[in-house]
Formats: sequence, C-alpha cells, structure tokens
Amino acid sequence: MTMKKATRDGFGEVVAQLGLENDKIYLIDADIGKSCKTDAFKAQCADRHINVGIAEQNAAGVAAGLATCDKIPFVVTYAAFGSMRMCEQIRQMICYPNLNVKIACSHGGVTPANDGATHQCIEDYGIMCTLPNMTVVMPADYYAAKALVKASAEKYGPVYLRFTRDAVPCIYNEETEFVIGKAIELANGEDVAIIANGDTVCIALEAAKMLEQQGIHATVLDMHTVKPLDVDAVKTCIERCGKIITVEDHNIINGLGYAVSAVVAQEGKGIVRILGIQDQFGMSAPYERLLAMNGITKENIVETAMELCK
Amino acid sequence: MAALYFDHMNIDPANPKWEKRDRLILSKGHVCPIQYAALGILGYFEEEHLHTLRKEGSILQGHPDMKKCPGIEISTGSLGQGLSVGVGMALAAKHDGTGSRVYVIVGDGELDEGQIWEALMTAGKYKLDNLIVILDNNGLQVDGTQEEIMPHGDITAKMQAFGFDVVDIDGHNMEEIVEALDQFDARKDGRVKFLHAHTVKGKGVSFMENVVIWHGQAPNDAQYTQAMAELEAAK
Repeated sequence: MTMKKATRDGFGEVVAQLGLENDKIYLIDADIGKSCKTDAFKAQCADRHINVGIAEQNAAGVAAGLATCDKIPFVVTYAAFGSMRMCEQIRQMICYPNLNVKIACSHGGVTPANDGATHQCIEDYGIMCTLPNMTVVMPADYYAAKALVKASAEKYGPVYLRFTRDAVPCIYNEETEFVIGKAIELANGEDVAIIANGDTVCIALEAAKMLEQQGIHATVLDMHTVKPLDVDAVKTCIERCGKIITVEDHNIINGLGYAVSAVVAQEGKGIVRILGIQDQFGMSAPYERLLAMNGITKENIVETAMELCK
Repeated sequence: MAALYFDHMNIDPANPKWEKRDRLILSKGHVCPIQYAALGILGYFEEEHLHTLRKEGSILQGHPDMKKCPGIEISTGSLGQGLSVGVGMALAAKHDGTGSRVYVIVGDGELDEGQIWEALMTAGKYKLDNLIVILDNNGLQVDGTQEEIMPHGDITAKMQAFGFDVVDIDGHNMEEIVEALDQFDARKDGRVKFLHAHTVKGKGVSFMENVVIWHGQAPNDAQYTQAMAELEAAK
C-alpha cells in the first residue's frame, strides 16, 4: 500500500535539517507554526526561530531585513495570508529588491476544507506569479516537498512554496531528483497529456490508469514549478499529444491552466482543457467534495480526455 | 539625517556593504532627495548623479532603490514597511555580534499603518536596543493635518508604554539631536530607542512652513531663489 504523508510534513522536516546544516537559515512564524510544522526547527535552532505573532506583513518585512544581512529566512504561514495579507510587502520589500526570502505556505488550495472559504486559498500562485523575480513552486508529495525546499534554499531569490494540509500518496522517493523549473514526466503516452501539480498529480495518475483501460495512452506531467514554467515540457506535450488537460487545486483564472494555455497559444497549435476551481469561493465541506464540486476528479479527467480523443 | 551621516554612524562610503556598518532606513522614502544629497557628498556615488533625480536611467529613483543606488539599505517608498526591515537587520546584527546600530526614520503619517505597530511590538519582544526609531513628527499628512486625518494621541506616552527608551527633542536643534543619539549609545539596557523629533515641515522657508501642499511639490525658480536666500540668512 502506498504511504501517505502531507507535503507540509516534508517541509517541516527538511527546514529543520537545513537549519542545523546552515546557520544562515532563519524561520519566521506568525502564530501557526504548529500547523505549518515548524516545531522541529524551533526546537533545534531556537535562536534563529522568530515568532512575530499574528502579524504577517511584519513577518515579510523582518525577513527582508534579515536577507539584507545575508540570511536565508523562511516566512511560514497559510497560503491565504502568505500570498494576500503579505502581498504588497512581498512585492515592495522582497521581490523589488530581489532578496533571498522564501515564503513557505501550508494549506494551499481547498485543503483546509472544513475551515471554509476564508482559510482556503485558490488565488495564491496566480498572484505570486505576477510578481517579477518570484519563483513559484508546489510539490506533489512528501518527497517532492523535501527536495524542492532544499532546492529553494540553494537558489538565490524569492521563492513562494505552496504546501497542503492533507496526507497525499507518495509517488516519489528519497532518490528522485528535482530541479526547480523542470517538470517531471510520470507517463509518456501519445494520445493526451495531463499536466497537474500538487495534490492533483496523484489524481492525474489515477485518471491515466483508467484511460489506459480504455486504450487511451496519456502523458502525465508534474508541473511542480508554476513559474518559471517548463515551456519545453509543454511544447513536448503539444508535439507528442496535441491535446492537453491541466489539473490544479487553484482558480482556473491565472493558474497552471492559463500558463500552459499561453504556451499553446504562442505555438499556434494544440488544444487545452483547464480543470480547476471554477472561479468560485469554497465552503466548509470534505476536501474530496470540494474538488468534486469543481470537477477536479479522476472521472472528470477521464471524461474530458475521452471527449478530446473522440 | 545630517547628524547620522556626517557625525554619528559608523559607515564607509568606499565600502558600502561593510558588514559592521551602521544602517539607516528611510522608511518615509519620499524624502529621499535629502538622503541622496548626503550620500553624494559622502562619496557613495559621483555628485553629478544628483542632477539625474527621477530621470530615466538614473540611480536616483523617485523613491530609493537599493539595487541602483549605493548606500541605500532597503528600497522604500510604500509607507509603514521600513521599520519591520529594521527589526530584521537589528536581529541579524545581534546574532552576528557585529555591533551595528540600525536607525529607522519614520514619518508621523506612517504611524497610521498597522504594520508599524506590529514591528514596534516585535522590536520590544526581542529587546532590540540596537534599533533606534526616529519619528519625524511634523503633524502634516498629504490630505491635511495629522489631527484631521488620523490623530495619534500622545505618542511619547504610547512608546513609553511599549517599554521603550523615549527621548523628545526639537528636531531642528542639532545639539539636541546629537546629544540624544549619544545618550542612546550609552544605554545598552535591552530597550528599543525612540527619538521623538518634533519638527516643522518646510522649516526655515517662510512660505513653506506648515503648508501641506509642499509635501510633494517642487518650488519654481522664484520660489527657489527666495527659499535659498532665507535659508542662507538663517545660517
């Protein structure tokens, strides 16, 4: 049976490890550290753990100040606050001067399902992608989270990392190599390409299996970096399959689907179907139900693929 | 700013990134022409650059840009944000034992911003006695007086309630400024330093003093001549 673990757990483990290895690593909490899994860092690197309380805007500024002194701060909160409450601070104090600050957010997408719309976050990476100098990353499993957090610490410049609340099936292992900006090809069928990220990658893989039984061979890409987008990987999908389905737990507006569509439009060939949150706020409900309300299911991916491959 | 740049701060214009330097953050970034003048005189860049202010390709942007202009510690302009950055710098200086002091100049209008108060609380929590907040309190905001737009009450009392080391001065009296800064250095007691400088906007120019429109307006040639004559006469 596949092991299930949350991406936020991967973040918590690896940021603590990075903290032990490198005394430039700082972590700034905003009173939701327990939920964002920063306990290990706090215990092991207490003098470099700063909790500013429920004051995200200040957290971003403090991080900027530390970064000007050659530190590598991780600001940790939920996606809703990290991308929106802090948005202007990130723009002015982090992206504009291109400082080495990592914004590490848990509870991306509709994963804080029972919390309702206020804590769900369907807008974040669209917003973050529009900021110059920003890199935007969403790992698909626990191992991806560990590797991509490490990679983001090694990469100079602002990075927005999006984790989620729930345990998701592990599709990678400790040895899998991740490069920021390089998609991972999980299947290479020639009929239709499914490009997903985060928690929807495993849904895409399940859909690909179901399609296989129908005689439809799918390419599956984990587009863990939304910005800079792996344009070459998208072009490969256009050449190989021509038909692309994008899947994401994010508003269909300004998300992965839009980014992929921009490549398709510029290439002047190929067709895209965008599956994601249907430009509507969520509500308190089970996570799977929220996804289903927006058509983010393996069944809908299959149906969409069948329609495209008719 | 003159007291800090020309007397008080440990800085090296030839080595603007010197690790142990003191840092000045102009959180009210819109008054950067004064800072540019000081940096130019100190030799952070050739003084000819001063004539390129706000022009295309200039290192002297309308609001200070740390990537373009040597000596600028953080890009500012969006009000209310510089103090948080100062907190981060003061924390780093403490951890690294550099002995650096961090001076943050905030305007009274900026105190409207909630983030300032978040930063003040954080500075107090971490006992940043290497952080010196300088409030330029001229009582005027863009749309009118501070009393009309957003009254702040007794700022000195509020800062004392935060547990800060607060000194009130006449912001135009150089002796008072220098003495207060020296006194702060003598008190390494875990308290954040807060210099409450009472100032008059447009001080020394009769037609500018306490007139709101001079917040963001440049004088014409005749006004410039008159203003400079008045300032020279007062020397």
